[in-house]
Amino acid sequence: MHEYSIVSSLLERVHREAARHPGAVVRTLHIRIGELAGVEVGLLRTAFETCRVRTECETTELVIDRIAARWHCPKCGAAIAPPVRCLDCHSAARLAAGDEIMLDRIELEVPDV
Amino acid sequence: MCEDCGCGDNELVPVHIHERILSDNDHRAEHLREHFSEASVLAINLMGSPGSGKTAVLEATARVADGMRIGAVSGDLATDNDAQRLRRAGILAASITTGNACHLDAKMVHDALHHMPWRELDLFVIENVGNLVCPAIYDLGQDANVVALSITEGEDKPLKYPTMFMRADLVLLTKVDLVPHLDVDLDAIVANLAQVMPEPRVIMVSAKTGLGITEWLSWLLARRMAMGRAA
Repeated sequence: MHEYSIVSSLLERVHREAARHPGAVVRTLHIRIGELAGVEVGLLRTAFETCRVRTECETTELVIDRIAARWHCPKCGAAIAPPVRCLDCHSAARLAAGDEIMLDRIELEVPDV
Repeated sequence: MCEDCGCGDNELVPVHIHERILSDNDHRAEHLREHFSEASVLAINLMGSPGSGKTAVLEATARVADGMRIGAVSGDLATDNDAQRLRRAGILAASITTGNACHLDAKMVHDALHHMPWRELDLFVIENVGNLVCPAIYDLGQDANVVALSITEGEDKPLKYPTMFMRADLVLLTKVDLVPHLDVDLDAIVANLAQVMPEPRVIMVSAKTGLGITEWLSWLLARRMAMGRAA
């Protein structure tokens, strides 16, 4: 249930950003969650619904971009499919994508002055 | 809003962040890592299911440690039992009672260190909360991730929990003294680990008979030596 702790970090980060834009309404949050990040997207949404009460995000849309896992060779960068060794140089693969727990973008609706 | 020219319309402003959501934890963990490195303390994040034998392995390690100064913090939802066991085994141990939290984070470890003479240690083990999912996500400033997997948990656990095992620098296959009593295929476990671990490293241990414990201790010593060279 670490999804709750992830959401509380997310809300804190958004709070810091919103404080720099007085009067702004947080419209949308764009986050990225990798397939192998160990984060359950359904639970993350439930946690967001629960925790956003009385925060800047009460009416915010949460947009989650799921990222598929990709592996690559740490030496030559070639893509590798699991099992995880480079076919050319036999190096152990590094995860190139799929472990993201990222806040990409906040969209703020700022009053025109 | 003005109907003539649209003045007063709210403007949508994108703020690009591109930051890990757990970046606060990452910063704290990096801070811990620097401290451990300066003091030449090898920090290990020991993870595994409840009952996988994490505490028992540490007790067995203390029995053969031969002057190595070992400290540990144990993450536990409700009790102090693990830390008490470790203290009885001669390990400088404290408990982190997490309440309902399913994992330890860098702040909890940092706070626990304030009450411990950790700089005098050679090895500091963070015995994480028993769980194969959540602990893998939180950096605690460790030098290495070690996962205890007992042979009674089933051969397919590495495939079911790849996020945990792919981040492991070492897997301790525990309770191997039970092999004669079980219908378990050790080769299948090792093969499954090799599918998810980029650099599979497995040591078979028994806390009961002591099998593999000196090999595990050698792994720790080599890891600590490498740390000194890097510093």
